[in-house]
Amino acid sequence: MAKQLIELIVNGDRYEVAVEPGASLAEVLREELYLTGTKVGCNQGDCGACTVLVDGRSVSSCLTLAVEAHQREVTTIEGLAPSGETLHPLQEAFIEKGAVQCGFCSAGMILAAKALLDRNPAPSPEEIRHGLSGNLCRCTGYVKIVEAIQAASLKLAAGKEAR
Amino acid sequence: MNHPSIIGASIPRLDGRAKVTGRAIYTDDIKAPGMLFGALLRSPIPHGRIKRIDVSKARALAGVKDVIVGADTPQIKYGNWRLVPASQDELPLAVDKVRFVGDEVAAVAAVSSDIAQRALELIEVEYEELPAIYSVEEATAEGAPLIHEESQGNVSLVRKIEYGDLEEWFAKADLILEDEFKVHAVSHAYLEPCSSLAVPDEGGRVTLYTSTQTPYIVQCLLAHTLGIPENYVRVMKTQVGGGFGGKMELRPWEFSASFMALRTGLPVKFTLNRAEELSYGRRRHPMSIYSKVGFSKDGKLLAKDFQVMLDGGAYNAMGPTATFLCGTFGNMLYNFPAYRYYGRHVYTNKPPASAMRGFGAPQAAFANETQLNLAAEKLGIDPIEIRLINAMQTGDVIPDVATVSSCGFKECLEKVREISGWDAKRQAKTPNKGLGVGCFSFISGGVFNWFDTKYNFSAAEVKVFDDGTAQLASMACDIGQGTDTVLRQILAAELGISIEKIRLIAMDTAATPKADLGSWGSRVTLMNGNAVIQAARKIKDMLVPVLFSQFDLNQIHDVAFEGDEVFVKANPKKRMSFAECVYKALRGRRGEPLSAYGYYTPRDKGLVSPAFSFGAQVAEVSVDEDTGLVTVDQMYTAHDCGVAINKMAVEGQLEGAIQMGLGYTLSEQFVMREGHTLNNTFLDYKMPTAEDMPPSVYAEVETYEPEGPFGAKEAGEGLAIPTAPAIAHGVFEATGFRCRKLPITPERLLRGMGKLR
Ligand code: FES
Ligand code: FES
Repeated sequence: MAKQLIELIVNGDRYEVAVEPGASLAEVLREELYLTGTKVGCNQGDCGACTVLVDGRSVSSCLTLAVEAHQREVTTIEGLAPSGETLHPLQEAFIEKGAVQCGFCSAGMILAAKALLDRNPAPSPEEIRHGLSGNLCRCTGYVKIVEAIQAASLKLAAGKEAR
Repeated sequence: MNHPSIIGASIPRLDGRAKVTGRAIYTDDIKAPGMLFGALLRSPIPHGRIKRIDVSKARALAGVKDVIVGADTPQIKYGNWRLVPASQDELPLAVDKVRFVGDEVAAVAAVSSDIAQRALELIEVEYEELPAIYSVEEATAEGAPLIHEESQGNVSLVRKIEYGDLEEWFAKADLILEDEFKVHAVSHAYLEPCSSLAVPDEGGRVTLYTSTQTPYIVQCLLAHTLGIPENYVRVMKTQVGGGFGGKMELRPWEFSASFMALRTGLPVKFTLNRAEELSYGRRRHPMSIYSKVGFSKDGKLLAKDFQVMLDGGAYNAMGPTATFLCGTFGNMLYNFPAYRYYGRHVYTNKPPASAMRGFGAPQAAFANETQLNLAAEKLGIDPIEIRLINAMQTGDVIPDVATVSSCGFKECLEKVREISGWDAKRQAKTPNKGLGVGCFSFISGGVFNWFDTKYNFSAAEVKVFDDGTAQLASMACDIGQGTDTVLRQILAAELGISIEKIRLIAMDTAATPKADLGSWGSRVTLMNGNAVIQAARKIKDMLVPVLFSQFDLNQIHDVAFEGDEVFVKANPKKRMSFAECVYKALRGRRGEPLSAYGYYTPRDKGLVSPAFSFGAQVAEVSVDEDTGLVTVDQMYTAHDCGVAINKMAVEGQLEGAIQMGLGYTLSEQFVMREGHTLNNTFLDYKMPTAEDMPPSVYAEVETYEPEGPFGAKEAGEGLAIPTAPAIAHGVFEATGFRCRKLPITPERLLRGMGKLR
C-alpha cells in the first residue's frame, strides 16, 4: 500500500514522515526518527514498555498507528528532559530511589507516571499501583518505582507552591 | 568489621541517568549502515525428521540477501558443558531432526523485516512426523521413542550424591515421610526480547552486539560453531533488559546473524518478538520429585533420599547444572548425617528448560521445605523451631562438597519469627488466614568448571592516571542487577578514590581481560569483586614506594588510601593527593603506565561454591474459600548476604525476587498442548503487576564472609527460592490443604479443599 505523509510534533520538534498506513507509532519513532528510548517489550499492548504521551495522554505506541498521531503532540522519554542537564523530577526520583534496574521498562513507567501525576498530582500508593497496572516490570517488584513516583509527586507539589 | 564507608552505601546505579533519559543503548536500538534484518523459520511440529527443504522461492524474493539451512553451516554441535563433550547436543540450525515446536530450521536475511517474514513463508519444508513425548514419565518408560538417539532412554545426564549410611539412619528414625512433588515451567519473562546484531570485520572476523549474560561463553561457542578462531569473534554486550538465566548460552540467532554477516559482508540483526520468547524460549525446569526423610522424635533430620527427574525439554541447555544444583540444594540448609541424591535430566519434545534464577534450587526447596513443614506438624514441633534444630551453621561441613564459611541462618530464622509476629499470630489463628515459612540457601558462584575455561573465572584490569582517575576493565556483565556500580564501589573502596573518578570498560571481549564466566549463579560480586581487589592491591604496591621516598619513611610504616589521598597511617600529616602519587610513580617508572591485572578462581573451596547465602521468609496469606483465590497480605524476609556492598541494589534484588516468586507460586504457567505453548502473550501469561504485589518488610542479618570482597556474598538468586514454599505453607495453614504441586491455582486449591470435583 502507498505510504502516507504525516506530520508529527515529537518533543516539540516537527517531523514530516512517509509511513505505511499500518505502521505503529513505536515503529516510526524508533526506526524513522531514531528515538530509541521508547522500548518494545511485546508489541501487543500488554507490557507498557512503549508508553508515550499523545496530547498528554499515555498510550501504548505499539498499538497506536502512526497515522493516528498525525499533527498531534507526542512526548517520548527523550523529550522529558530536553536539555539533558536538568532531569524531570520523576527521572531524578527513579534514579535516586533505585527504581531502575535493567531499565527496559523505565521509559514507559516514567511516562505512565507522568500522565498519572498530570491527572492526579497527589496519588496514594494504591492509586499509583493502579495507574501502573498496565506496565510490567520483571526486575524491581515495583516497590521502588512506587516510592519514586510518590517522591516525585511531593517534589512537584513543593515546586508549585514555591512558585 | 570496619570497612570504607562506600561499602554498604546505597549508591544509585551509575547508568541510571542514561536509562531514565532513554539514552541507554540496547541491542535492538542499534542500526548499522547496510544492515539486514533476520528472521528464523522454526519447526511447527514437536518431533520429526526433515525430509526436504526448498529455499529457492525465498531466495528469489526481491530484497532477500541470504537464506541458510543446517546443511549450509559447519554443523558443529555446541552446549555450555564443554567439559563433557557428549552433553553438547545442539546445532544452531536443525540438520536432520527437529525436537520441539520452535526448533530453528532456517534463517533469512533481508533488507527489511517484512520481507524477511515473507521469505519465511516461501520456504518449503517436508517433515516426517515422529511420535512425541511431553513428560519425564513417558520419556523414561520402556520403549519410549528416543529424542536423541545417543541418549540412554532419553536420560541425558545423571547426578548422584551420597554420604552417610542411609539405611542405618532411616532405621533409627522415629518418623519417616515419603512424598511426591511436581513443579512446573515458568518464563524468565525479561522485558527485553533477545536481540543480536553481527557486523562483519576485516579478515573474516565478526563483532557481535548481543543481549547476553555471558559474553565470554558466547564468544567461545560462536567461534566454535562457525569454525573460526576464538579471537576472531568480538562480543559487545550492550545494555541488557534483564536475563534471569535466560540469556546465558549461545543462541541460534547469534550464530545465524554472524554466519550470514560473514557470508554477505553486511551487518545482520535479529530481534525476537514476545510470542517467540514465550512460545519457544528457555524456561525453568519442571521437575518430578520424590523425597523420603527420616526424623528423630525431637525433630532432628537424620536421613534424606531425594530423587528428581528434571524435564529438560529437547536439549541439555543449562540442564546439567540445574541437575547438579538441585541435588546440592537438597542438603544445603540443614545439617544431617545421611543423604542420597539421584537426579536425572530427561529429554522431552518441549522447548528446552535452562537456567533460571535459583537454578534448580526453587524446585528443590519447594519439596524440601514443604516436607519439613509436614514433619513439623507430625512431630508437633513449631515449623521455625524444627528449622532451628537442624539449621546449618558457620563451620559446618558437607562431606566432600563444601564448607560453610559464614552462615547467619539461625539468626535469620529468629529474626523472621520476630518481625512477622509468628508466635502471636499462630496462636490467634484467624479463619482463612495462615502464616507460612520457607527458607533458602544459595551459592555465590560455582566452583565446578563445566565450561572448561582455560582462564581464571574472573578477571579485572585496573589503570590509574595522574589526574587522579582510574579505569576498570572487566568482562563482568551488568544485566540490571547493578554490578557495574558494585564493582566500581569495590574499586573505589580499595583505592580510596571517589567512585565518579572511575571509568568502566565492560563487556567488550576484545578489550577486557580474560575472562569472566558471566552473570549467573550469583557469582559476580564475589568473584569479580575479588579480582578487582587483587588488581587494586597491585596498583597500591606501585604507589606505596612514592610515599616512602617522599617522606623518608622507616619500613615499619604503613600507608592508607582514603578520600582521594594517600597518607602515612601513623602520621596522617604526611600525605599527598592520589593524583600526585600516581604522577610521581609514573615519573619513577620512566613513563610506563600504571596498570595491573587481578584474577579470581575459587581454590580449595570444595565442589560447589566458595560461599553460601542463607535466609528465611514468612508469607501471610488469605484464602477466599469460595473462589479459591489466594492473596498474599504481607511478606517478611530475613536474609544473610554477608556484607551488602550496595544496600539499595540488594533491596532491589529482594523486591524483584518476590515478584518472581509470587508469579511462580500462584499465577505463572505455560499452557501446553501437544508441544505447543498456547499462552504466548503477556495477557495470557500472567505475571504479577504492581497491583498484585504484597507489602513486604525485611531485615538483613549481616555476617562477614571471609572469602568475599569486603565480606560480601550473593544476593541475586537465593531470594527467589523461599517464596513458593512459604506461600504454600500459608495456604495449608489457612485451608488445611497441603499443595504438592505448583502453581496453586484457584482450581487446584478448590479441588484440594474438596469444593470442586
Ligand atoms: S510494547 Fe507496547 S505494550 Fe508492550
Ligand atoms: S527494570 Fe527491568 S523490567 Fe523494570
